[in-house]
Amino acid sequence: MGRGLSLDLGAAVSAEGAWTVGQVTRRARAVIEAGLPPLWVRGEITGFKAWRSGHWYFSLRDETAQVRCVMFQSDNRGLSVPPTEGAQVFVLARPTVYDAKGDFQLTVHELLSTEAGGLWQVALEKAKAALAKDGLLDPTRKRALPSFPRRIAMITSLDGAALRDVMAVLARRWPAAELLVLPTKVQGENAAAAVRAALALLGRLEGVDVAIVGRGGGGKEDLWAFNDERLARAVAAAPVPIISAVGHETDVTLCDLVADVRAATPSAAAEAATPDRIELLGHVDHLGMRLARGLSGRSDRARERLARSGDRLTAALERRVERLGHRVAELAGRLDALSPLKVLERGYAVARDADGRVLRRVVQFTPGLAFRLRVADGEVPAKVRES
Amino acid sequence: MTKPTDFGAVLERLEKIVRQLESEDLDLDGALKLFEEGVERLREARDRLAAAELKVKQVLTDQAGRVRLDDVDG
Repeated sequence: MGRGLSLDLGAAVSAEGAWTVGQVTRRARAVIEAGLPPLWVRGEITGFKAWRSGHWYFSLRDETAQVRCVMFQSDNRGLSVPPTEGAQVFVLARPTVYDAKGDFQLTVHELLSTEAGGLWQVALEKAKAALAKDGLLDPTRKRALPSFPRRIAMITSLDGAALRDVMAVLARRWPAAELLVLPTKVQGENAAAAVRAALALLGRLEGVDVAIVGRGGGGKEDLWAFNDERLARAVAAAPVPIISAVGHETDVTLCDLVADVRAATPSAAAEAATPDRIELLGHVDHLGMRLARGLSGRSDRARERLARSGDRLTAALERRVERLGHRVAELAGRLDALSPLKVLERGYAVARDADGRVLRRVVQFTPGLAFRLRVADGEVPAKVRES
Repeated sequence: MTKPTDFGAVLERLEKIVRQLESEDLDLDGALKLFEEGVERLREARDRLAAAELKVKQVLTDQAGRVRLDDVDG
């Protein structure tokens, strides 16, 4: 009985009838190489390893299977960068058996990274195109954020750092606001649906001026929830302006694209949502000073006019101006009580730029900058020396 | 003029008063009236900006789907 592929129990147990390991792997290789010509295979890179010899070893996988691959240095030297773990690629490969290990494997001759990075990227691009087609990515539909929000909503997880960060910024910049937290899952299974539910709840709240959708830290794969097309549509349809703070520095999610404002971090989102209380106080104080100056300018002019007129009405008018003078003094007293002049009296000074903004950091004093220094009894024009 | 309720409106009014007082040729009575209102708006604006404690609330829905706001400890 000759050697064949038919089962021969008698041959199998005799020393001369049994196949050697080498024989069977070589035979398998011959069958596979003859039966499967070089072909293009699509899959995801996993377990990539570049050896010192320059050869690349990795596996390709899809949802149901995986196969080992080798790409020799002579074939891969034309590629500028090795593929990244998880990348979706096309390879031109020859199926074979690696005798020494008995492994079925692909000898890869060519490797193409799908242009935008992978199948999920293709799905993402498709969703993006659908959103664009409906005009949801149009920059003109982005809503302006309110200047002085009273109620700020935040959709996030209760135990994440994002909420703590936002609370810290709001407490510092705009504590007059009320923060409404809509707790939700922001990563893992069903996170997209959970955030959508929170957005629906947001629509039922009254008086919310702006909302932040946020998450802190976390891996790139955790961003997936925010690439959900239905969630992106819910963000676009939200009744109030939405600040998205879910992305990575480098990865922009669909939510980021449809949101009215994209912030790099939850803290940045909170800053974008609020004015700075201290800065506004400076502005208001400045208005107070202008108010007082405006009135004193008026009464000086009235007094001058009176002095010039010098007729018999003078006495009556003088009495009236006198009365007004008392009233001014009284009001000025109230103004004084509100004013930072009391602090200035102690020797402090406030620096302001041409727009009246308070300058409080060294970096704000750029070389050559003209500014005004407010001291207790007036203002002094000043200039930063040119470097 | 009715009392503005929102900070933006208060600030806008105050800015307008200051501009009027600085530029318009008002009689002393009119100027005084504006000044008086300006002081009032100024007080209001400063009150709004006074340091306050941030209020944080958690939004929950009960079994009937009604929205409830619970206080959260900062």
